[in-house]
Amino acid sequence: MTTLLEARTVCKSYGDFHALTDVSLSVADGEFISIVGPNGAGKSTLVNVLTGLLRPTSGRVAFRGTDIGGIGPVELARRGMARGFQLVNVFPELTVRETLGVAASSRLKRTGNPLRSLVRDREIADAVEEVAEIFNLRHRLDQPARALSQGEKKLLDVASAFALKPELILIDEPTSGVSTGDKHSIMELLIDACRKAGVRGIIQVEHDMDLVARYSDRIVALQAGRVLADEKPEVFFKDPALIAAVVGTRPPQLRPKAANLNTSSETASQRSAAC
Amino acid sequence: MSAPHIVESTALARPAAEASRASGLWAFLVIVAAMAALPFFASTYTLTLMVPFFALAIALLGFNLLFGYTGLLSFGHAMFLSIGAYSAAVMTSKLGILSFELILLVSIAASVIIAVPVGFLCVRYTRIFFGMLTLAFGMLFHSVLYKFYGITGGDQGMRVLRPLLFGMEFEGGKTAFLTGPFYYYALGLLTALGLLMWRIVRSPFGLHLQAIRENAQKASYLGVEVTRMRLSAYVISGVYGGIGGAILAITIGLADPEIVYWTQSGNLVFMAVLGGSGAFIGPVVGSLAFVLLQDMVMSVTQYWRFVMGAVLILLVVFFPGGLSGIAGGLFTRFKRGS
Ligand SMILES: Nc1ncnc2c1ncn2[C@@H]1O[C@H](COP(=O)(O)OP(=O)(O)O)[C@@H](O)[C@H]1O
Ligand SMILES: [Mg+2]
Repeated sequence: MTTLLEARTVCKSYGDFHALTDVSLSVADGEFISIVGPNGAGKSTLVNVLTGLLRPTSGRVAFRGTDIGGIGPVELARRGMARGFQLVNVFPELTVRETLGVAASSRLKRTGNPLRSLVRDREIADAVEEVAEIFNLRHRLDQPARALSQGEKKLLDVASAFALKPELILIDEPTSGVSTGDKHSIMELLIDACRKAGVRGIIQVEHDMDLVARYSDRIVALQAGRVLADEKPEVFFKDPALIAAVVGTRPPQLRPKAANLNTSSETASQRSAAC
Repeated sequence: MSAPHIVESTALARPAAEASRASGLWAFLVIVAAMAALPFFASTYTLTLMVPFFALAIALLGFNLLFGYTGLLSFGHAMFLSIGAYSAAVMTSKLGILSFELILLVSIAASVIIAVPVGFLCVRYTRIFFGMLTLAFGMLFHSVLYKFYGITGGDQGMRVLRPLLFGMEFEGGKTAFLTGPFYYYALGLLTALGLLMWRIVRSPFGLHLQAIRENAQKASYLGVEVTRMRLSAYVISGVYGGIGGAILAITIGLADPEIVYWTQSGNLVFMAVLGGSGAFIGPVVGSLAFVLLQDMVMSVTQYWRFVMGAVLILLVVFFPGGLSGIAGGLFTRFKRGS
């Protein structure tokens, strides 16, 4: 299996404070990884290091074999990594169509000539409609983002990351602020979207252990900046001490998995189209 | 950039929600057509007011690319007016080059030459920091023009001679020139530059500028080159300012440091708010209203600055969408009613 993203013995300090110590982690093609851990464990710092926003104090982060430490968001997008945010993060006055168009315009390199028409660009329009379709936002295309519901805003944020057609996507708590009932449908949508859009890997930070148990291929638990465990859910949730360290609750019920980006209940033809 | 969730916005920069609607273009064309017909029935005096309006409208179209679309409020934009004005002065009265097309080219080149380094320094900052830096550059420019007496004529300024239009010389009085050939020449420029701006704001480039205004950090994760885009917007707006300045200088017949005094930059901000920065047509409406209002109020009272200030306060508090916002609202209500 090819490795998409690899972090090797990454340390990150804020002054004297070690936010991450010797964190190693890899994401293989087709994997869905959840990062868990108590508040202050270093999850967001890790996401920032993995997305090239922060340069690690020592150690190395490589995407498809090349170093991406501190390369910055634009270059990151160009190389095939996208990111969704923990808090709702939209362009309030831009419509859904425009928001998705921003990402499509970057991907298709349309901004070199300020006189180029946007509305007559078929390729951008198609890309926008394709993503809107996947995320059930078609009927909202001409609404400004501020007029969307909280859940739709969250979806739009993730959808705009998808419009970059990334290989790997990192999402900080995709379901935070969403009601428990909707959480599963959002996760299902996300995984379905990955298949359709050809996304090869997901890293998410997630607090909801039900979701983590059900959808992850691997769980990386952080505690005080160190990797406490890096296990498959079956193994992870058999260890009460581990779970207690992460959330301090009983293990959730393991349900049949619906996550893996490669193997699923999809028909063979759909799969070959996606992967 | 360490905190991942900062949302940047400029409070007064009302989003250009109209940007994607064709109504902006129609409104622009209607105003232009009305201006083209104006010489057939309006008084000469009214016509002499209109040429400065064309100049300011051009400058303001550029200003609003930065303010309304990119979310950067410049408090020193009169600097570009002065670049165009002094280009015209140097060309006509020092070098004896009278071709207005050449004057425009030199104004554009000079604006780019100044806008690139100044913008390079300023666009790294946003909100009040950007505003203060641009203000500082404007003041710097003012004192340079003021102090270098030998070159610029100091507070006396420099004379701007009547230019040739398409190589043609025009006889007759100054007013006849300004309300005749130059009127249509300037109106033609406004039309062309307005249409050009219409294309710019409706391009993927313009969309990226709006994304920056809305949320620069999110934009950068969607592949928007924030700094480069802001700089491009700054340079384009500078060029529009330079062209406006050259026209303005011809109508005044003089380039002096007053044109870049900080109150003049303030006037540009006032016009933008007056017209409404959220609409494509805002700059045109704002500069027209400003020119008419100033003329009206000044003829009635010497306390015209007081009146203008009061108008500004009322607008910001009650009609943040500016005049074009009010007109747009009435239009929508009218359509719904019928
Ligand atoms: N910019 C910063 N400067 C100093 N300390 C920070 C900074 N960002 C995070 N930290 C500290 O690093 C630790 C890990 O933070 P974070 O990665 O946000 O954890 P999590 O996302 O798991 O809650 C916390 O103790 C936090 O206070
Ligand atoms: Mg966090």
